[in-house]
Amino acid sequence: MFKKTGIAALTALALSAGGAWAAGAEAHVEDIAFSFEGPFGKFDQNQLQRGLKIYTQVCSACHGMQYVPLRTLGDEGGPHLPEDQVRAYSAQFEVFDKELDDTRPAIPADHFPGSALENAPDLSLMAKKRAGFHGPYGSGMSQLFNGMGGPEYIYSLMTGYHEAPECAPEDFPGSYNAAFAAGGFPESCKDDHGHHTVPGSWIAMGQPLWGDDVEFDDGTEATLEQSAEDVAAFLMWTAEPKMMARQHAGLVGVIFLTLLSVLLYLTNKRIWAPIKGKKTH
Amino acid sequence: MSGIPHDHYEPKTNGEKWLHSRLPIVGLLYDTIMIPTPKNLNWMWIWGIVLTFCLALQIVTGIILAMHYTPQVDMAFASIEHIMRNVNGGHFIRYLHMNGASLFFVAVYLHIFRGLYYGSYKAPREITWIIGMLIYLAMMGTAFMGYVLPWGQMSFWGATVITGLFGAIPFIGESIQTWLLGGPAVGNATLNRFFSLHYLLPFVIAALVALHIWAFHTTGNNNPTGVDVRRSSKTEAEKDTVSFWPYFVIKDLFALAVILVVFFAIVGFMPNYLGHPDNYIEANPLVTPAHIVPEWYFLPFYAILRAFTADVWVVMFANWITGGIVDAKFFGVLAMFGAIAVMALAPWLDTSSVRSGRYRPMFKWWFWLLAIDFVVLMWVGAMPAEPPYSTISLIASGYWFAYFLVILPLLGVIEKPEAQPATIEEDFDAHYGKAETPAE
Repeated sequence: MFKKTGIAALTALALSAGGAWAAGAEAHVEDIAFSFEGPFGKFDQNQLQRGLKIYTQVCSACHGMQYVPLRTLGDEGGPHLPEDQVRAYSAQFEVFDKELDDTRPAIPADHFPGSALENAPDLSLMAKKRAGFHGPYGSGMSQLFNGMGGPEYIYSLMTGYHEAPECAPEDFPGSYNAAFAAGGFPESCKDDHGHHTVPGSWIAMGQPLWGDDVEFDDGTEATLEQSAEDVAAFLMWTAEPKMMARQHAGLVGVIFLTLLSVLLYLTNKRIWAPIKGKKTH
Repeated sequence: MSGIPHDHYEPKTNGEKWLHSRLPIVGLLYDTIMIPTPKNLNWMWIWGIVLTFCLALQIVTGIILAMHYTPQVDMAFASIEHIMRNVNGGHFIRYLHMNGASLFFVAVYLHIFRGLYYGSYKAPREITWIIGMLIYLAMMGTAFMGYVLPWGQMSFWGATVITGLFGAIPFIGESIQTWLLGGPAVGNATLNRFFSLHYLLPFVIAALVALHIWAFHTTGNNNPTGVDVRRSSKTEAEKDTVSFWPYFVIKDLFALAVILVVFFAIVGFMPNYLGHPDNYIEANPLVTPAHIVPEWYFLPFYAILRAFTADVWVVMFANWITGGIVDAKFFGVLAMFGAIAVMALAPWLDTSSVRSGRYRPMFKWWFWLLAIDFVVLMWVGAMPAEPPYSTISLIASGYWFAYFLVILPLLGVIEKPEAQPATIEEDFDAHYGKAETPAE
């Protein structure tokens, strides 16, 4: 009884503690069934390539990815670009070389450049540094079972731009976004108790994706939703490029340890048999 | 080693005799591994092995991580990303280390609460208990400093808040804080010393673990009945015990393997679940996170720290009687450390003559309330410090102290314990029936 209760209690507290980090209240995050979710999930190579294109043509105007080495674009399980394409892609960026004391075109060994705009956050880890949605009631259950995390947040943010609600003054700074919780919020959109009457808040970044922003090489139609999903998946890959290797190692661990558990269980039963007589009840 | 009578190592070959007369290390290992162990130990006695495994896991993965990590404020965060992206297997080793800390604390809390329920802290095992508490404190220090090393937002602000606690000590607090940080604020000097100590402390823990094991090998293990092993002769002792190897080694390893299945599933499939997303943002002294929350295993004590605000009457009283020296902040710090101190004093606060909670009808209820209390504290520790959470944390903190300071001493006087089995053998046979002893 002790053990069972103890485990139940610990599970409960692990869930509540893990779920306690709600990013902010009253923002709407959509659940998306990404290909990489779940223990057997995989990145979709075409999707990552589409996401890379959006990143290159839209996001990188202001944002950077200083932790991501350009060569990893050729990694299997990632966008998996051929070597010459990685080289050609890298060459479009100028990097500062300390030895030359001058700038030169980037090579695959270099990293993506950092953010061009000072207050635009680096996107390398964006999919991991935003909690997404930890509900219901901060329990983290949705995250556990539906995999609602950073990529969902990015998707929701990209598609969360709407016409500003009527309660807001027309000159309120920023753009209204239903998924963004941490931005400015006009007093006129709060009720008497200070609760927000509309979801989200006002974000400094103007709407980056409208649909048909880029033309995908694989013929996929670049709707707003499609583009948002693709760039979210791409940013999940930049944040966690070794995800598939990790899942694989985890699965191997689980299988072998399960096998080991069975063997140890049988061994244990056998060596104790002479010590334990027959159970009386 | 005194204790339960059992067979000792006898060197047989000339080589063994040669070594044994010079360094009896094989004998020491033999006595340790063949120690007579009460045969009725239940599944709550497996956490020791899990904890030993955790310590080894953290040291091994930690040594590898230290080979690639850079303890410098401008490079620490990037060096973690280097480990995650460029070091062979680095991502998995780091996630093992990160989640290994959580497994370590899950195990230590269950281990401690097992001790509290079965009265393992009581005479003659007080020293084992005290050393255990020291290990727990060292674990918390190590984990806290380790969490600072990735130099994320929670690392930085967690370090700022926790070292700030020392600043609450009257008169000398600020000097102590500056001395701990190596400067006026959390900076490069702090990161360097935390790295140094994070590497050192696990070896201190390892030494304490050796003492912990030595102590309870001297007294013998406690067991679910709390009844002592008969030790008048080897034959008597053998009725109550079996040797640690192979019986408990295999049993414990089985339990460890099952736990590791879950552990590997978490590391493989949801390694960031127990972490805070803000720690993937590089530390920025100019931007304070909306909620600064410690790791889950600190939450109960964090809740106690925050529970005692200036409007609580005990705080007001303490403030008045000390002439304003003890303010709410310092009171909170005292309460947090006091919560661990009262637990460490349990051997002397518990007045009952009966060791195991199994035979204490009233104690049981209070104990389970304490276990629930601990979970409640963990939950409110993660909530913002505002009503109704502030009231809940105050009540829960109050119960924690009441349990150790009032309930444990009183129960020994007013409670009427149930009958205990005369021997461990009797308890064991009641469960499993008498073994068919081969004719001797």
